[in-house]
Amino acid sequence: MSTATIDLHEAPAESSTNYLNATYGMKSWLLTLDHKRIGMLYLGTITLMFLVGGIAAVLMRLNLLEPQGALVEPDTYNKLFSIHGILMVFFFLVPSIPATLGNFLIPLMIGARDVAFPRLNLMSWYVFITGCAFVLYAVMAGGVDTGWTFYPPFSSSYSHSHVVAAALGIFIAGFSSILTGLNFIVTIHKMRAPGMTWFRLPLFIWAMYATSLIFVLGTPVIAVTLLLLGAERLLHVGIFDPAIGGDPLLFQHLFWFYSHPAVYIMILPGMGVISELITAFSRKKIFGYSFVAFSSLAIAIISFVVWGHHMFVTGQSIYAGLVFSVLSFVVAIPSAVKVFNWTATLYKGSISYEAPMLYALGFIGLFTMGGLTGLFLASLATDIHLNSTYFIVAHFHYVMVGGAVMAFLGGIHYWWPKITGRMYPDLWARFAAFVIFIGFNLTFFPQFMLGYLGMPRRYGIYPEEFQVLNVMSSAGASILAVGYVIPLVYFFWSWNYGPPAGPNPWGATGLEWETASPPPTENFEHTPIVTEEPYNYPTAEVASE
Amino acid sequence: MIFDVSIDATINAAVNGTMTTNLAQHGWAGLQTLAAMFPLQPPVASSIAGDIDRLYYLLTVITLFFTALIFSIIFYFMVKYRRRSNDDRPPDIHGSLVLELAWTIIPSLICVVIFVWSSSLYIRAYHPPANAAEVFVIGKQWMWHLQHTEGPREINALHVPVGVPVKLTMTSQDVIHGFYVPAFRVKKDVLPGRYTSFWFEATEAGTYHLFCTEFCGTSHTEMIGWVYAMPPREYAEWLANNENDEPMAQQGERIFNHYTCNYCHVPDGSGRGPSLVGIFGKPEKLSNGQSPVVDEDLIRRALMEPNSVPVEGFAPIMPTFKGQFTEEQILQLIAYVKSLGSQERANAK
Repeated sequence: MSTATIDLHEAPAESSTNYLNATYGMKSWLLTLDHKRIGMLYLGTITLMFLVGGIAAVLMRLNLLEPQGALVEPDTYNKLFSIHGILMVFFFLVPSIPATLGNFLIPLMIGARDVAFPRLNLMSWYVFITGCAFVLYAVMAGGVDTGWTFYPPFSSSYSHSHVVAAALGIFIAGFSSILTGLNFIVTIHKMRAPGMTWFRLPLFIWAMYATSLIFVLGTPVIAVTLLLLGAERLLHVGIFDPAIGGDPLLFQHLFWFYSHPAVYIMILPGMGVISELITAFSRKKIFGYSFVAFSSLAIAIISFVVWGHHMFVTGQSIYAGLVFSVLSFVVAIPSAVKVFNWTATLYKGSISYEAPMLYALGFIGLFTMGGLTGLFLASLATDIHLNSTYFIVAHFHYVMVGGAVMAFLGGIHYWWPKITGRMYPDLWARFAAFVIFIGFNLTFFPQFMLGYLGMPRRYGIYPEEFQVLNVMSSAGASILAVGYVIPLVYFFWSWNYGPPAGPNPWGATGLEWETASPPPTENFEHTPIVTEEPYNYPTAEVASE
Repeated sequence: MIFDVSIDATINAAVNGTMTTNLAQHGWAGLQTLAAMFPLQPPVASSIAGDIDRLYYLLTVITLFFTALIFSIIFYFMVKYRRRSNDDRPPDIHGSLVLELAWTIIPSLICVVIFVWSSSLYIRAYHPPANAAEVFVIGKQWMWHLQHTEGPREINALHVPVGVPVKLTMTSQDVIHGFYVPAFRVKKDVLPGRYTSFWFEATEAGTYHLFCTEFCGTSHTEMIGWVYAMPPREYAEWLANNENDEPMAQQGERIFNHYTCNYCHVPDGSGRGPSLVGIFGKPEKLSNGQSPVVDEDLIRRALMEPNSVPVEGFAPIMPTFKGQFTEEQILQLIAYVKSLGSQERANAK
């Protein structure tokens, strides 16, 4: 009976016991080995980190209302953007989709009881919150002012802030990424249900697999780099500071060797989510399944050889610049392929516009802009002018916020009924998606213009001619902030009072929709047997039979 | 404000019956106010700025085209294929190899064109012409120190002549800084312990922003200044009015003699160290088999870690001068060694 069909009536009715009510009490959550509960623990943690990072962003945008700085001292401003970057990158975006939706969905989607190593999974969360504790300590103790990039010799020999605590926090949280990635790789290889071949996997799983590869291969490099930075700062071992025999560019090479692939850690899972949403809400197979699947792997692999495009103006040789420029154009192609395939999937579909779909369409638009503006920066000559300006800030926010955060929110809205067993008010959700789209564009589009005009990033004080655009951007940020608060409110409401969702409120395919909402602790009553390709929605041919 | 102007214009025009002329005048004034409040382009003031802008505009057109393409296709599909009934049965479409190839190959070709164009500009931006005037830059928390080869020093300001290529050779005394002149579309990071350089040729006289673009601590935002591009005659006057500093090469020679470098580095090569006459810009044979070209970084290395640059035919007896010179003095010594080369060339002629 448990096959990968979408017949609503085949799914079991809401079971009386599920993973949420099987056991009660703080201890049952803190010692849980259930991947679904661990996913929830991560969701709570990263939401908290997002709020702290978001408050820092709001204070920055307030300060930038006036050229002389409307709110804070320069040192405080420097700490605000550093904390915003560190929290958002390492403690929100990197774990966002993998640790929450990935944890929750991978076993459900492949028809498994749990991940391969449930204890390791729980340990990853404890490792992660230990990292969070170090970083939050650094914030409380007085902050860190190096930017999220920690460039030495400033970070190692000159900064008077809590660099070591923050770096240690990232170092520790990195192990959580490595362990999670390892867990996912083994789970996807070994735990698939009978009949779940590689080409029957939902594209979200392909994306998580590619992400996990980067977790495992890339994260150790940033760990070692931060360790070396700590050694130089505490023990004065000359590694990066030329005054004691080091090489500052070495740090940049090592840092970006991880941090560029990390960009794809943040966006690949989002791409996986979008593939699920587009198919579910147009009731169609994905257009070009294998191209979308392999483009994820191509991105993961090529992402390891493009780090030098962060260093076109930092003193890297011209020839290295040429090589990294070519490779950066190459990595853009698989992303373009995905965008075209998603668009083509809509063709002749049966498209509906619930909130998750609005986020998905928003993602495609904003990611397209984020990706295309990346060409300005892969292109050497324009990068000379735009590097280190607000153009960069706008570009990566289009990819990271317009892309990754939109996908995260779309995914949360899509699987919320599965996670909680309850619906949320769709009208409010659509409204919030709309507010976020408007607020986002008003915040970040003016920053492209500021960058081209030459306003450098990390400036809390700026020449007067940039004020109009900065005020527009700050106004947009206030709208964006409202847009992020609305979902928090109705999700809290839904958790307590939302109407029951039923096993498959969207009429979607996929094993996760064939079990109850919320799923029972053991996920499936019987091990499912898969006999079909993914996204096998009823087609015209079937109907005519 | 702007709206007030145009409303007034409309009312006046209606009253006076000279609508077209008045509107044109006030409209133009309004546009100018708008342009001042809301600039869309930084000044175009160097020989490469226009070329970089043209590439920028091409990329903007490509971005707008593909964004519009994707948006309009999505909107069209959203409307045309909206769900009309829960029993909709879409056709069974798996994909299309032709389309996949098309949307892989066409973007790739566009990328090739951009790459070739932008790389040629990049190479140009970082290859100074041989006749470029030289200015030396030292970045430190939180100010810019500059010295012209002719001698004048400046802080947070750079005077340059229009129409003359100027090469900046830069280093930092502490952390990494970035030297950025948006009006010239040029930027390069300034690193401690080594030299980076770039060049530009100002084409429009004017005063332009100079920004530090690599975060360098508390007053990073105040590490800014102005670049004054002047017509050559005014620039010559400015130089003449600032001649209390002697040329850098002379200052370097004084240091050279004061530290008794001239005891060993005798011009005819008979000393205990190699002659420095005419070595700049040419390969120097080392006893480890390498023949690196003598540039600013090599001279710096020879001063700081002499044993890492053992010149063939000489005993490695030079002591290190690490910690004994300021960054400015090192630059002056380099200027002196450079001048020895050009003296020799001048004598040969």
